[in-house]
Amino acid sequence: MLRRTAPAIPGTRWRLVRKVVTRPTPIIDFDHFTFQYYSQAEPTLQDINLKIYPGEKILIVGPSGSGKSTLGHCLNGLIPFYYKGTIEGSLKINGVETRELDIFKLSKILGTVLQDSDGQFVGLTVGEDIAFAMENDCVPHDAMHTRVDRVAGMVDIAHVKNLSPYELSGGQKQRTSLAGVLIDDVDILLFDEPLANLDPATGKTAIEIIDDIHKQMGKTIIIIEHRLEDVLHRDVDRVIMINDGRIIADRNAHELVSSDILTSNGIREPLYVTALKYAGIRVTPEMKPGHIWSLDTSGVNEALRTWNRSIATPPQAPPKPPLLTIDKLSFSYDGRRPTLEDINFEITEGEMVSIVGKNGAGKSTLAKLMCGFEKADKGAICYRGADIRHKSIKERAEFIGFVMQNPNQMISKNLIFDEVALGLRLRGVKEEEIKERVEQVLQVCGLAPFIEWPISALSYGQKKRVTIASILVLRPNILILDEPTAGQDYRHYSEIMEFLRQINETGISIILITHDMHLMLEYTPRAIVLSEGRLVTDTRASVVLTTQQVIEKANLKETSLYQLAQLAGIEDGTQFVQHFIDHERVAVR
Amino acid sequence: MKTKLFSYNYEDTVIHNLSGLIKFICFLLLTFATMYTYDIRVILGMLVFSVIILRISRIRFSQIKVMLIYVVIFILVNAIFTFFFSPEHGVTLYNTRHPIAPLWGDKALTQEQLLYQVTLAFKYLSVVPLGIIFLLTTNPSEFASSVSGVGVPYKASFAISLTLRYFPDILRVYNDISQAQQARGLEMSVKAKMKERVKNSLMIIIPLIFSTLERIEVVTNAMDLRGFGKEKRRTWYCVQKLRSADYYALAVSIIVTLIVAAVAYFINHGRYFNPFI
Amino acid sequence: MKDKGIFKVTTRTIVAAGLGAALFALLFMFVKIPSPVPGTYIQTAYGLAGFFGVLFGPIATGLLAFIGHAISDAVQYGSPWWSWVISSGIAGFIYGFAFKRTRVEEGIFGGKDILTYNIIQVIGNAIAWLLVAPVLDIVIYAEPANKVFAQGLMAFLSNSVVAGVVGTLLLLAYAATRTRKGSLSKKS
Ligand SMILES: Nc1ncnc2c1ncn2[C@@H]1O[C@H](COP(=O)(O)OP(=O)(O)OP(=O)(O)O)[C@@H](O)[C@H]1O
Ligand SMILES: Nc1ncnc2c1ncn2[C@@H]1O[C@H](COP(=O)(O)OP(=O)(O)OP(=O)(O)O)[C@@H](O)[C@H]1O
Ligand SMILES: [Mg+2]
Ligand SMILES: [Mg+2]
Repeated sequence: MLRRTAPAIPGTRWRLVRKVVTRPTPIIDFDHFTFQYYSQAEPTLQDINLKIYPGEKILIVGPSGSGKSTLGHCLNGLIPFYYKGTIEGSLKINGVETRELDIFKLSKILGTVLQDSDGQFVGLTVGEDIAFAMENDCVPHDAMHTRVDRVAGMVDIAHVKNLSPYELSGGQKQRTSLAGVLIDDVDILLFDEPLANLDPATGKTAIEIIDDIHKQMGKTIIIIEHRLEDVLHRDVDRVIMINDGRIIADRNAHELVSSDILTSNGIREPLYVTALKYAGIRVTPEMKPGHIWSLDTSGVNEALRTWNRSIATPPQAPPKPPLLTIDKLSFSYDGRRPTLEDINFEITEGEMVSIVGKNGAGKSTLAKLMCGFEKADKGAICYRGADIRHKSIKERAEFIGFVMQNPNQMISKNLIFDEVALGLRLRGVKEEEIKERVEQVLQVCGLAPFIEWPISALSYGQKKRVTIASILVLRPNILILDEPTAGQDYRHYSEIMEFLRQINETGISIILITHDMHLMLEYTPRAIVLSEGRLVTDTRASVVLTTQQVIEKANLKETSLYQLAQLAGIEDGTQFVQHFIDHERVAVR
Repeated sequence: MKTKLFSYNYEDTVIHNLSGLIKFICFLLLTFATMYTYDIRVILGMLVFSVIILRISRIRFSQIKVMLIYVVIFILVNAIFTFFFSPEHGVTLYNTRHPIAPLWGDKALTQEQLLYQVTLAFKYLSVVPLGIIFLLTTNPSEFASSVSGVGVPYKASFAISLTLRYFPDILRVYNDISQAQQARGLEMSVKAKMKERVKNSLMIIIPLIFSTLERIEVVTNAMDLRGFGKEKRRTWYCVQKLRSADYYALAVSIIVTLIVAAVAYFINHGRYFNPFI
Repeated sequence: MKDKGIFKVTTRTIVAAGLGAALFALLFMFVKIPSPVPGTYIQTAYGLAGFFGVLFGPIATGLLAFIGHAISDAVQYGSPWWSWVISSGIAGFIYGFAFKRTRVEEGIFGGKDILTYNIIQVIGNAIAWLLVAPVLDIVIYAEPANKVFAQGLMAFLSNSVVAGVVGTLLLLAYAATRTRKGSLSKKS
């Protein structure tokens, strides 16, 4: 095929030239590299040209299905060791063609931390898992223990060495995975979506640990991640953007963020950049907009202030009657350690609320209690004022619907229609009524065109909608979704959320359990914050993300909008954030 | 909901401190011995012996109550079956016939049958404490290394460790799924017809299995990436150095096994203790 | 010919055995369907074993049935009943011979494949429950022959039915998920 040369982006050329002078040989070198999975119709990676130099820190972004993980598989040797397919062009690591290296040799040069930290955690305890690679190298017992202790110390999990995975927090699992690859000191570290399912603060720490390893050990770092702004919490050398298996951008953060290439490729740009754009400000590389801490607003502060003043607060909607009342709710799984303690709040008709907080705070458990999956030890849950203690799971499902995070854990039928109809059939509804109700729901969920399709042919986002449809068909008044957008790229994220908003507008109350602060800000006026099983606060989203003690207590992260406000010298940061939200509601939609 | 498969918790006893490998070997030896012998005296001896070990390893009755109930039920049902299927099996075993009371047809309740069934019951019972001791006093992390220690290929042994590792995860997924399906109206009641029951259980099994298949891919990748199976052998992070106590324990169980063999060989001239001739 | 490589042990084989055993034990303990004969259960676990047999082969399936059965026995009774644990292992091992003998991975599981799978599955159960289990019970526990063979027959029937019905249904569902993989296009 045609030999295409790499896109001539000034910043890149400048950088490459400098690199070539200082660092002669790239540690990773893709040269017209193309890969096609056997089972795929066309190549998943096409004509990749990419040089990565020792000690660089690279961020790879791109929409879902663009080939990021596939690129990672090519680097760590899973392709072609495990995933078969046809390879064209060349990929050199440390100057050696990867074809000549097997996965075991590669694993000594490049360590991979997978997204699913439970899947990566193969040991029964932290210590065993860290030692796993050494066990396979037949390292003698004592040497193994000393080295494990050292590495565990490095990522600061020595104190939990003998705990099992389900006694650990999400962050500790992540650190364990990291220790597991640091154990044989590799030159390159590859992270595939390290932030998924981590609460904001833990995610922030993860990025900091990675950065420290980069700085202190001088390792080459490659991070694949959707959550651009979170990764840019610390510095990166270059950001590579992939779409449809091609590299479409390779530049530093400032240039990337100031171009419109992000939004046009369905990647979410940092919130503060969006805000600047709302304020009619042209974002230029000179403003160093790559990171909030590098952003220079000196030239545009006035513009921001005027915009901030220009936003009129929309009238507050009149309070609706409460639909669901949680009253002094307490619960414990084991009867000893309380998982939830004295929780009180109300869900009113037709509102959209998010429940946020630390990993392990009890959010999912709270949802289970509402649906009757678990029985509360103390306190009551009232629906329209009536205690529903004695209602069975099945009965509650008539008014509270629960959608699990992983759609594959809910889907048990092969055809969309049957899947959605299932709940009704089990309730002995007549077939003709079923047909009518199912078709109506599929219409709402934008699945009507696929009505005859097998579910296996759907994308993750579509599957998600099928599961939502299969709950909606029972006509609940309250819909609870656990992490509805985890691991989704911006396009699917918007798809799902806009769809939920439409449902919400039909009068159904929606409760979202999420770690995504953007989601909370953009879609849910009100947020309920949990930490260690207690309700920290229940207030406006804009307030939550700007109140320091709440942020700290619940492992949240201050929104960059607030920092932007401070940069621009706007006193009431909270109000600024609120204005941003209001502006989105009014102007953008 | 219990997250761990076995309620192992460390106590500072001789038995707990033994190396898993040794405990496993002893377990195999003694189990084999009890399975071989058919001498009620020996079996009772073994039972007493293992109950003493139970005491030493400070296993509380409450820990094993449920198991014992299961076992007793099993043994009773089994005994009844055995009796009705062949009420004079003892006679064929011992080649003598001492009737006590007549039963249906030409069949009668015989001393042989009684001895046989009592022996059988205790034979079943006597292996249970051995298993319990091993399970409750051995750190699950040591299972795999112990099993591979007796010559089982390390890959097969590691599968055990994976099972123990992922059982709690899969159990949690199972609960989530079955609750979600119940919310949609699924009922696993006994009222439903056979066909219904199968279909209903499939509604839980299918998502459970298919999400596990995904998990298998991930774990496989994780293990390949960290060099699983590259060498012919493998060392283990969780193994105990053998101490003198381990050798004593081994010696004891070997002696016990030999005694059992001796009794069979010199006294009973076979597996069976036959008081009737 | 086709047998080539069905005994190959890869990391995937081991992981399938490990996680499969966890599934097996779980189904064995929690998803047994009360059968018409009081006190006896229909063990859906053998449906799983059959399914894994077709997907992962004899080694993985033999291991998973053996480990899974041993563990669930140990949890419930404190010690495995080896005679039946071993038989489970053997049954699983033989199910595994259906590996690479059907087209399920290409997304096709038609009459021919169903037949192949079920023949192998029934042979496996026959050997395990009509031969191995009873003989072991006689050798170890000197149980009366007519009783153990009656038990064996029960087990044979119910396990063959389960492996047949549940296993086939699972395989059909699985095949359905494979079909599109090949023609997986971005638009879908
Ligand atoms: N094992 C495989 N066999 C066949 N096709 C595959 C395989 N893995 C991925 N693909 C296809 O390759 C394309 C890229 O997948 P990949 O996982 O690399 O995307 P990604 O950028 O990592 O997406 P995400 O952000 O959702 O993880 C997708 O269309 C996917 O369907
Ligand atoms: N089925 C269970 N059995 C026992 N303990 C459980 C169970 N499910 C959750 N827990 C424990 O209860 C606590 C709360 O769990 P929960 O899943 O509700 O937290 P969460 O807020 O949803 O966390 P995340 O944000 O990571 O999803 C955690 O410590 C968890 O380990
Ligand atoms: Mg990916
Ligand atoms: Mg949760």
